[in-house]
Amino acid sequence: MSDPELPDGVERREIAGETGLATRGPTVYGEPTADGWRAWDPERSKLGGMFELGLDTGLTGGETVLYLGAASGTTVSHVADFAGPTYAVEFAPRPARDLLDAAEPRNRLFPLLKDARKPETYAHVVEADLDVIVQDVATRGQATVAARNARFLAADGRLVLAVKARSEDATAAPSDVFEAALDELRETYEILETQRLDRYHEDHLGVVATPR
Amino acid sequence: MTDTDADAGWFAGHAADEAAGSDETAARDRIATGEADRPRDWPALAVESGFAESTDEYYDRLHDATVAATRASVRERERADDQQLIHAVRAMDDCERTANELAERAAEWAGSLFDDAEPGIDGARAVAAREPETELERRAVSLAECVADLAAERDALAETIDRIAPAVAPNLAEMAGPELAARLIALTGGLESLAKKPSGTVQVLGAEDALFAHLSGRAPSPKHGIIYTHDYVRNTRPEDRGSAARALAGKLTLAARVDHYAGERRETLHEELRERMATIRGRAQNETGGDADDTTEGDA
Repeated sequence: MSDPELPDGVERREIAGETGLATRGPTVYGEPTADGWRAWDPERSKLGGMFELGLDTGLTGGETVLYLGAASGTTVSHVADFAGPTYAVEFAPRPARDLLDAAEPRNRLFPLLKDARKPETYAHVVEADLDVIVQDVATRGQATVAARNARFLAADGRLVLAVKARSEDATAAPSDVFEAALDELRETYEILETQRLDRYHEDHLGVVATPR
Repeated sequence: MTDTDADAGWFAGHAADEAAGSDETAARDRIATGEADRPRDWPALAVESGFAESTDEYYDRLHDATVAATRASVRERERADDQQLIHAVRAMDDCERTANELAERAAEWAGSLFDDAEPGIDGARAVAAREPETELERRAVSLAECVADLAAERDALAETIDRIAPAVAPNLAEMAGPELAARLIALTGGLESLAKKPSGTVQVLGAEDALFAHLSGRAPSPKHGIIYTHDYVRNTRPEDRGSAARALAGKLTLAARVDHYAGERRETLHEELRERMATIRGRAQNETGGDADDTTEGDA
């Protein structure tokens, strides 16, 4: 697969006999490394999956980023490797403990134990006019979370979102759930591109959008 | 204008803190508990207000402060323990029971002194707001004040339970709601012992009288205990309540085990329960169209 749209700092490299995405930084979760590059497993990361599937995320490297749903820091550690200042929001204490280990050696990765549904609780820390919001939260109301956090984005900023169908309604057909989520998103955002991530993440939809 | 802008940031008031020698702790607290209605260009404002020499220095300080603040919050949230939750839920029940009992006494007394005394907690609150004129009125009003205070304490305890139950048992609290989660933990004496109970026990926790009546051959087996208060049981039609209670108890047991042994949120558990409940409640709709009942009855 060709990779015309990979941001600076993300490369396709051969590590441990396999060619795949990689970024440069301290290891976080026991991923294989070579020459200072860490393999970025698209099976474990929705953003990694989006890059592999060729979504045009508009990321070029060096952006200021707000990452919602950072969990243990698997994906956000790669983001911080190629982006600029990166704010990582996670609500659960246990994974946040691991996130701290990823943030400690990365001096532009800022961990925050906050609820992504309540942006006012971190608006005194996270700066305005961000280039990118990456969102991967597994709760109901994922479109609402994206809408509430739009206040952080610059007018030409990007929302890169992974919608998990089963978090919204485990019994409905994923395509119906995605349609409903996109309809709600359109009130705040203009949708640029969508793609199912099923090859790497079952019942997930990748969405790239920009504020209206 | 610029001053008020910078005042809303996490780094506000740093000069005073530095003078007091508590800069780091104060910054940590503000990151953990501060709020702002909207984000601003904090790096620029921080440099402008003299908090940092440069944007680079600002980010260095932000990194140290967020790591320290998040580490402290994580430790605090993880230390919230099940025994504290048990104290809180028992204290809440005691406050509620005592408030109701005293409210009865207060209403009876106030009824003999004032014309328009109403019964219950609300009645006691109204009496408490009165200006007493005699010594007897003073005592009756004072008693009503105690009732109002107890009721307020009960509400405050409920709020505390809402906040700490998700920290103690995230999956259980999400599935059962904070209050029911706390009660289940209190009934078994702790999260660990709840995690070790079979789901059949969890299903009838709080229905011990009915269970022992059944065991001594005097009654049918109870279908549900305290979990009856859960919407999935209470709002399922009576003939399906046994299935609903069994399914809910099964998942609650698993949730308690994940909370005790792993401590992280597990979405699949919640999904499975939602699916199972949809099937059980679907029976009510399917009834007319013949029998499409599931064959996985005993899976809970």
